[in-house]
Amino acid sequence: MSGNLFRNLSFFSATLSLFILVGIFAVLFSYAQQSLHEFGFDFLFIEEWEAGEDDEGGIFGGYIPIIGTLLSTLIAMVIATPLAMGIAIFLTEIAHSKIVKPFSIAIELLAAIPSIIYGMWGLFYFAPIVQSTVGGNGVGLLTAGIVLAIMVIPFMAAITRDSMNTTPDVLKESAYAMGATKFEVIKDVVMPYAKGGIIGSIILSLGRALGETMAVAFLIGSVMSIPKGITDPTTSIPVLLANNFAEAQDLEISSMYYLALILFVVSFAIISVAKFYFLGRKK
Amino acid sequence: MNRLVLNKVVLTLSTISALIGIGFLFWILITLSYKGIASIQLSTFTNDLVEGGIRNLLVGQFTMALMATFIAVPLGVLAGIYLREYGENSRMTSIIRSLSDVMTSAPSIVIGVFVFALMVEPFGTYNGWAGVVALAIMMVPIIIGTTDNMLALVPKELREAGIALGGSKKQVIMQIVLKAAKVGVTTGILLSFARIIGETAPLLFTSANNQFFSMDLTDQFPSLTVSIYNLATYPDEASRELAWAASFILTAIVLFINLVGRYVTRHKQ
Repeated sequence: MSGNLFRNLSFFSATLSLFILVGIFAVLFSYAQQSLHEFGFDFLFIEEWEAGEDDEGGIFGGYIPIIGTLLSTLIAMVIATPLAMGIAIFLTEIAHSKIVKPFSIAIELLAAIPSIIYGMWGLFYFAPIVQSTVGGNGVGLLTAGIVLAIMVIPFMAAITRDSMNTTPDVLKESAYAMGATKFEVIKDVVMPYAKGGIIGSIILSLGRALGETMAVAFLIGSVMSIPKGITDPTTSIPVLLANNFAEAQDLEISSMYYLALILFVVSFAIISVAKFYFLGRKK
Repeated sequence: MNRLVLNKVVLTLSTISALIGIGFLFWILITLSYKGIASIQLSTFTNDLVEGGIRNLLVGQFTMALMATFIAVPLGVLAGIYLREYGENSRMTSIIRSLSDVMTSAPSIVIGVFVFALMVEPFGTYNGWAGVVALAIMMVPIIIGTTDNMLALVPKELREAGIALGGSKKQVIMQIVLKAAKVGVTTGILLSFARIIGETAPLLFTSANNQFFSMDLTDQFPSLTVSIYNLATYPDEASRELAWAASFILTAIVLFINLVGRYVTRHKQ
């Protein structure tokens, strides 16, 4: 194989990922046309999801799955953020150096467990606990949100830890020399120094939580209704797709492509902001 | 005094959150082992799903993941080579690098929807190839990222030495740079494999599932993860037990590959 051919092959491979990305957007956009024409931007606010008579027409709106996605993600973030910060502080400032390594590996293994396992475990072990302590019937927004939080914690903690670790020791030592407590060093030296990385890790986890499918599919209840309380069952965009996409037709499947397009664009935007604005480009 | 108390409180809370994190890991692993091991019998491995085992599912899941790896590794490694060795610092390179980075976090269900539109709908049937392609699409950006990063760690002097010896660019890349980065690149491939072997969402409506043993990638293809999702929602006890057994085996495989990957990196560097 000549050098030129090799170069061209690797150039082709590199641009392929660009084509896939553009391809995903183009395919979702064109398959969503029917629904886009029918509902336009009102789609976001229509609460009904009903097939018409004889499978003709019908009304399909994205309001419920969109709200469900946002609320479950919000709950997950509220729970995950303080815990992930705590873990990062523990790993960078508190733990003895001998504990740090095994502990980090354990946290990273937590991130490696497939999401369907979180779903199984959540459904059979965690949902009953939520039911008996908070109420509701086990599956619903709160259960989905908590398990989603457990899933993103390792991810968020790892990035936060890495950015906290970049704080120069000299800065910390100077603060200690002034008589600062550990907490004051963390609050006034480490946190400000690592601010970009911390915010980036939170936003990136948010982007991931929005698109999480399997764990939420087990736990959110999968019903098309607006949740009135925190333990009420509802649905989310990925869950609706996972359960109903394959059987849908015509306007309904087009509306699902529309939802997939919304999810793709929104998570793409959020992840990009996190990676390029806050986390900076890695070399 | 107040600030000393506050200090204690914050440090204690941080330690508690670390314990909570570890607590969840053990809680999940212990219940999984307890339920899983109790449900595993010899027939779990020798029977197909239709007879209450997971033999065809394991073979199916591994077949799809391996095929995806065969597609994704050359593409991902070559793309990583382009970005690091040929692309210099052109605008195009930085765009591709950024987009591929974002793709590693793209929602996997959307990739399933995309492949459904391209490879399932036109043929009118779920098929194993669609599952393979969906997994490969997930895998490529991860491999591009690790290859790119690992090649960046190879010292410039090695490349210069190669060129000084009269090597062509391709020879330098293949025989010096890639060799020096071998461990890192392999670990990246291993970890990306561990990630896709446990994926469910991209397979739901691409490969779908098959109760019987099948090696025919043009038809519905058996999947371990899709089966777990289905089995867990059946009301009968036998299905649930099989779902636990399958979950335990899947987790054991994923964590094992992860630990091997970590061990190799630590050992060789």
